[in-house]
Amino acid sequence: MTEPTGDELDHDPNIALHVEDLIVSYGDRPALWDIDLDIPAGVMAGVIGPNGAGKSTLIKSVLGLVKISAGHSRLFGQPSVTQAHRVGYVPQRSTVDWDFPTTAVDVVTMGLYGQMKWWRWPGRHERDRALRALEQVGMEALADRQISELSGGQQQRVFIARALVQAPDILLLDEPMAGVDATTERQIIELLRRLRDEGRSVIVVHHDLQTVQRYFDWLVFLNVRIIAAGPLDEVYTANNLRRAYGGQVALLDEAQAESQSEHQSNARLSD
Amino acid sequence: MLAFLTDYTLQNVMIGAALIGVISGVLGCFAVLRRQSLLGDTLSHAALPGVCLGFLIVGTRSMESLMAGALVSGLMATLLLIALTRHTRLKMDAALAIILSLGFALGVVLLTYIQNRGGAAQAGLDSFLFGQAAATARADLYPMAIIVAFALALVVIFWKPLKLMTFDPEYAAVAGLPVRLLELFLTGMIALAVVVGLQMVGVVLMTAMVIAPGAAARQWCASLLGMLILAAVFGAVAGITGGVISALAPGLSTGPVVVLIASAIALFSLLFAPQRGLIPTYWRRRHRLGHTSSDRVLLTVYELAREHGDWSYRVEQGAIDAYYGMLTEPLLLALAQRGLLASAQHMPDEGPHWQLTQDGCEYAASRSAQRRRDWRLNRASGSP
Repeated sequence: MTEPTGDELDHDPNIALHVEDLIVSYGDRPALWDIDLDIPAGVMAGVIGPNGAGKSTLIKSVLGLVKISAGHSRLFGQPSVTQAHRVGYVPQRSTVDWDFPTTAVDVVTMGLYGQMKWWRWPGRHERDRALRALEQVGMEALADRQISELSGGQQQRVFIARALVQAPDILLLDEPMAGVDATTERQIIELLRRLRDEGRSVIVVHHDLQTVQRYFDWLVFLNVRIIAAGPLDEVYTANNLRRAYGGQVALLDEAQAESQSEHQSNARLSD
Repeated sequence: MLAFLTDYTLQNVMIGAALIGVISGVLGCFAVLRRQSLLGDTLSHAALPGVCLGFLIVGTRSMESLMAGALVSGLMATLLLIALTRHTRLKMDAALAIILSLGFALGVVLLTYIQNRGGAAQAGLDSFLFGQAAATARADLYPMAIIVAFALALVVIFWKPLKLMTFDPEYAAVAGLPVRLLELFLTGMIALAVVVGLQMVGVVLMTAMVIAPGAAARQWCASLLGMLILAAVFGAVAGITGGVISALAPGLSTGPVVVLIASAIALFSLLFAPQRGLIPTYWRRRHRLGHTSSDRVLLTVYELAREHGDWSYRVEQGAIDAYYGMLTEPLLLALAQRGLLASAQHMPDEGPHWQLTQDGCEYAASRSAQRRRDWRLNRASGSP
């Protein structure tokens, strides 16, 4: 995809995720600094970077879960908040209490709550859709199992099914491979590839550098700022890796120095 | 013998206690699952100054005015809680503790002032501390019933948002639910439950009525709906039994009796619930023990020793327990009796250890070779 040059192109519906001038700050430290990003529709993109690089924050800012200090994001050319129904979000598994009294199919059904009339109770129709989503992730046999009795990999697949049940156009996954065994990881990546091949856009926050090349066709190197973003074979270079992972402290200092010097950042913005 | 069931006062007590049990049981489930068990405690203590102010303003001990006062101060406490946790660096538990003690202190000061003022009208206001079910009049039941029906209707109507927000608040926000508003709404409803129970159970112990039925019901149920219904039943049982006992025994406050019964139900559930109870869990592990042969345990020790390249390798008992997911001590003792294992000492800060004896090593080696032969045979005769 080409760089957006004007307002018209900023809202290109073929750009799955467009982020512009985004700044997110936790307290006195910027978590994301001046993010400009375009991820085209239909790719499987990996967001990689060291701990504290703001990978999860980037996804959460698109979803409206963290307060944005500056900038905006668009999904398929529309303001992100209006596109919630097209997004399937798979949070980190550790964000919920898996001892909650409920079954796998029930958790997946919760993925439909946002689409249902708010006073209606879920019924047969919703359950059938949830079962089909569980089938997609190979979990239909465990549909009525208590979620506390599922293994880590099974819990992760339930979360993915909860995102799939809404038939989303774009999937945002936050470290879906964390704490799952090798078999599950392979199943998940095959599933995500299938979804990509169906034309959906898949964006994955990823931690394991060793598998980056095999899994993704589009990469975003993030370390508070965008280090590099583009097709895998263009941006997966030793230089970018070193810049993302090697100079963490230096980059942060730079970002802070920049926030103090208005001149300098203005100069950058007009680049 | 059931004549007391027709007694007018007792009827009032039972209906009122059932209402309290149902509403606090149902709403308490959300507090239990959201790990906000102290919330009920804070809200009930914070309601006391409201009760006193309601009395001071209206001048009589009418249920409506006291409830309105309790509700107002409960909601103010809720807002203060949200403000404290959102805008200061205080964590939730500290904010809850501060508001709890502040509310109670304010309430006791006002209560003392009212009592020193004298007058017949103030009689019984101090029953709000520990609850006095026998003081419940038929007229008191109507506002209680209305609030309970209102709260239950809201839970039914807002079922999906409440459930989603309790399980995964972040996902609820992504799904477009107004999470902060819902949080305020849920806290307000718990404040309502507390207000309903104040007169009968009292501010000091009302929190147990919010938490105990939910905690007990969680042990038996596999779904949120089931948990809510069972918590309502548990709450009603505790309320009715406690209310009746205290009404029959002169001078006995209702709150403590109700709480003792609710706690007994919770304790029983924690111990005996089939899936999660401590005792059934223990028995399942013991049962598995009966199906694990001591030879398998010996082979595990043998394999560990071989992996460490040391036939006298000392294996910690905890490691074997962890491997089998049960307490293996009886099997280890049996093996020791057969002269195959010997108890051993290792680090003083670790648990008991075991090592192979000469006999044990030879026996395990032959069993291990046997098993490998069996395995090869099985594989050769099985499908390709």
